[in-house]
Amino acid sequence: MKKEAVTTLLEVSDLSITFTQYISGLRQRTIRAIINLSVNINHGEVLAIVGASGSGKSLLAHAILGILPGNACVDGKMVYAGELLTPARQAALRGREIALIPQSVNFLDPLMRVGAQVRSGIFNGNSTALQREIFDRYHLAVGTEQLFPFQLSGGMARRVLVATAAVGSARLIIADEPTPGLHPMIVRETLAHLRELSATGSAVMLITHDISAALETADRIAVFYAGTTVETAPASDFCGDGELLRHPYSKALWQALPQNGFQPIDGSQPSIDNLPCGCLFAPRCSLASRDCLTTVPELRSLRGGETRCHHAA
Amino acid sequence: MPVSSAKTLLLSCRSFNRRQRTLMVVALTTVCLLALLCGGLLLGEEGLSTNLTNRNMPPSLSYPLGTDWLGRNMLARTVQGLSLSFAVGLAAASTSAFIALVLGLTAALGGKRLDAAITWLVDLFLAVPHLVLLILIAFIFGGGITGVITGVTLTHWPALTRLLRAEVLQLRSAEFVLVSRHLGRSRWWVATRHLLPHLKPQLLVGLILLFPHAILHEAAITFLGFGLSPHRPAIGVILSESMQYLSAGSWWLAFFPGLALLIMVRTFDVLGDNLRLLLDPHSAQE
Amino acid sequence: MLLFLLGRILRLLTLLVAVSVLSFLLLELSPIDPVRAYVGADMLKVGPEQWAKIAEYWGLDQPLPERFARWGMAILRGDFGVSMIFRRPVLAVIGERFLASLALMLTAWVFSGVFGFALGVLAGMKQGTWTDRLIKWYCLTLASTPLFWLALLMLLTFAVWLSWFPIGLGVPAGVPTYEVTLSDRLYHLLLPALTLSITGVAGVALHTRQKLVEVLQSDYVLFARARGESGLQVLLRHGLRNIALPVTTLQFASFSELFGGSILAEQVFSYPGLGQAAVQAGLRGDVPLLLGVVAFSALFVFAGNLAAELLYWLIDPRLRPKGDACEQR
Repeated sequence: MKKEAVTTLLEVSDLSITFTQYISGLRQRTIRAIINLSVNINHGEVLAIVGASGSGKSLLAHAILGILPGNACVDGKMVYAGELLTPARQAALRGREIALIPQSVNFLDPLMRVGAQVRSGIFNGNSTALQREIFDRYHLAVGTEQLFPFQLSGGMARRVLVATAAVGSARLIIADEPTPGLHPMIVRETLAHLRELSATGSAVMLITHDISAALETADRIAVFYAGTTVETAPASDFCGDGELLRHPYSKALWQALPQNGFQPIDGSQPSIDNLPCGCLFAPRCSLASRDCLTTVPELRSLRGGETRCHHAA
Repeated sequence: MPVSSAKTLLLSCRSFNRRQRTLMVVALTTVCLLALLCGGLLLGEEGLSTNLTNRNMPPSLSYPLGTDWLGRNMLARTVQGLSLSFAVGLAAASTSAFIALVLGLTAALGGKRLDAAITWLVDLFLAVPHLVLLILIAFIFGGGITGVITGVTLTHWPALTRLLRAEVLQLRSAEFVLVSRHLGRSRWWVATRHLLPHLKPQLLVGLILLFPHAILHEAAITFLGFGLSPHRPAIGVILSESMQYLSAGSWWLAFFPGLALLIMVRTFDVLGDNLRLLLDPHSAQE
Repeated sequence: MLLFLLGRILRLLTLLVAVSVLSFLLLELSPIDPVRAYVGADMLKVGPEQWAKIAEYWGLDQPLPERFARWGMAILRGDFGVSMIFRRPVLAVIGERFLASLALMLTAWVFSGVFGFALGVLAGMKQGTWTDRLIKWYCLTLASTPLFWLALLMLLTFAVWLSWFPIGLGVPAGVPTYEVTLSDRLYHLLLPALTLSITGVAGVALHTRQKLVEVLQSDYVLFARARGESGLQVLLRHGLRNIALPVTTLQFASFSELFGGSILAEQVFSYPGLGQAAVQAGLRGDVPLLLGVVAFSALFVFAGNLAAELLYWLIDPRLRPKGDACEQR
């Protein structure tokens, strides 16, 4: 434990997030958005969390920051820099040590000039000078600071959003889907900025549904499926036919990429109110045996990565 | 994860079933309002008779709300007044809901010109303060109770029309409606088979929530002296009469009838809100 | 911007014309005999000759289209006719009465705006707590309270029990308004303004709360919290900034209810304002005055709506640079 803390910045173990909701007719239902998720991130590395859109990946970011809505129930353990991440600790770290890069310009106050919004993330030093400096670094013209969010172009908005996180001295930067449907050039630029940030020693958690973007940027990749991580692997394992990968879903994802033959996987993610009892991937898995349908596979270490599969070897 | 542990988790997160509470509130308020209506019908003319030996009595056991300067039982008068309000409210709410449904559907389905015309009509009705409009209509009808009831009945549709129009516009672009239109169904067919069932909850809630407005306006306009008739103990009439006796200290003449009106209006509000919560939880703000 | 203004003004004109024409036609169709209303109690003393003379004086002997044309022309010249009750030009009566009402409504408007906003912000920040529930309950109850009843309670409390105000305040009497001093005016203004303010609070507070709750659930507040801003910081930096405009706009758009409220408050406290004049005109059949009040109240409501829209145009940066970015609804 102690030895790991030296290199590991954040360790999330057995995280579960549950929501209580009211549906038609005021019937209550419980939604299990994240189930027994475990992941860790080291200093100076880019970890990508990859999964289909709408699978609740953002909630992981919100859970780490402690900004989940009131009807969420969090279970599990998070350790940041060797210290247990309690709500009080999260409140102290948010925006200072842990920064979020949101997915769209909607996350900026529509009635506040962007310069002021970047400055509000600076806690010590001359905020105007620091903000100008960071705008300069990201090639944002001097006049940009006077603009309102709706006046920004797609690329400018992206740079401003990255700037909000880069302007502080955050050690963990969580980029939540930072390149949704953007022009490839802007995507490349944004990813380059994230790499730069990790080069200065920050840990960057890149949450995305775009495997190519993840592979281009990340050192390690965690594959997210139906509310949990099914595999964590070095980015270099995503190669060839995917034979180095440990989990059938990761392999399927890899093989579904255009450059790898475009083989789609049958079926779709299970709906959150009707999860299978055994392995979450079992209903779509070609390797599924009786065991897979009844018992949930434990997360285990394998060849420098981790996976949740009975059959992985 | 076993089901039982998920359940305990849920219970520790949040309190219990809001549905049961909402159902209870709806039932309770409905019973209260019906009881009031029955009370008004059963009491009839009894208690409205003058009784000069018991004039200006403060509230007591035999006269819970006191008596007025003619010795009339204020409880009886108040209940009568409230059931009149209920009747006017019912007339206004149902008429307005009907007008709103017709206009809302026409505006949303009848093409651009009709839509513009109806929107303009709604604006026209909202251009003048409601009470001024009621005074105007009451005056046109000669100042009697007919004018008051007509005025209150005919002026409460604009807001609901707007709401229904917006709702229909939204529904119209829904997939199942578009498919129906493509299959060659007539507008009328689509309106009655697809739109009406979806509008029902909105219409019902809108109807209930019209009551408070109508009742308050009826009371206000009778208070101002329109439709004043000693035979009809409207709450507005009772309160406007009470003004002459306030200086003599007969506070109960004003206090209880007004409070009763407030409670009635609030009951309708609560009923409407809870019904909405039950029928259409997404629109409810919480 | 100019086009927008022009469009608005055109809309006002069509609505005003429609309101006036409809009112005129409806009043013409009414069974009330204006001459009888004018003569009032002197009915028995007035012979048929005099009767005809009065009718001729008001132009009542002409056929309807003729009267309508005469009336229309007069209106265009700015002549709303002579009030039958006050025996003075309608515009003069409205002008004088409106100033009195304006003092009343303005006071209530400002007070209810400020207190309602504060209450709404408090409730919104404490959403779901007992403070919130209490404020919400209070406002909803207030919204169901008949204004004239509240006015009567104020009268009971402050005039009858506490004797802070003369009881005569509650007795309708034709006070010659031009002989009253300023302190007298303020004295008379206090209770009706207070009543009107108390009920006005409900709408603003509920709307403010609603807007603030929406803002607090927005993505940008989530991001602000992710950046370590505390609840109070979020409110000061983002909350107030984003709710101020819609709430002010609503306050301007509430002129209609304000006018209605002032009619009732003026009636209870016999405050010599436009609302009281409207009631008298309606009760005693003063057609020219009633027509004038209807048109004027429509103008007043429109002014509020226009101010609300202009405010958006002037302040919201999203609407400033180009004219086509106007939000629907």
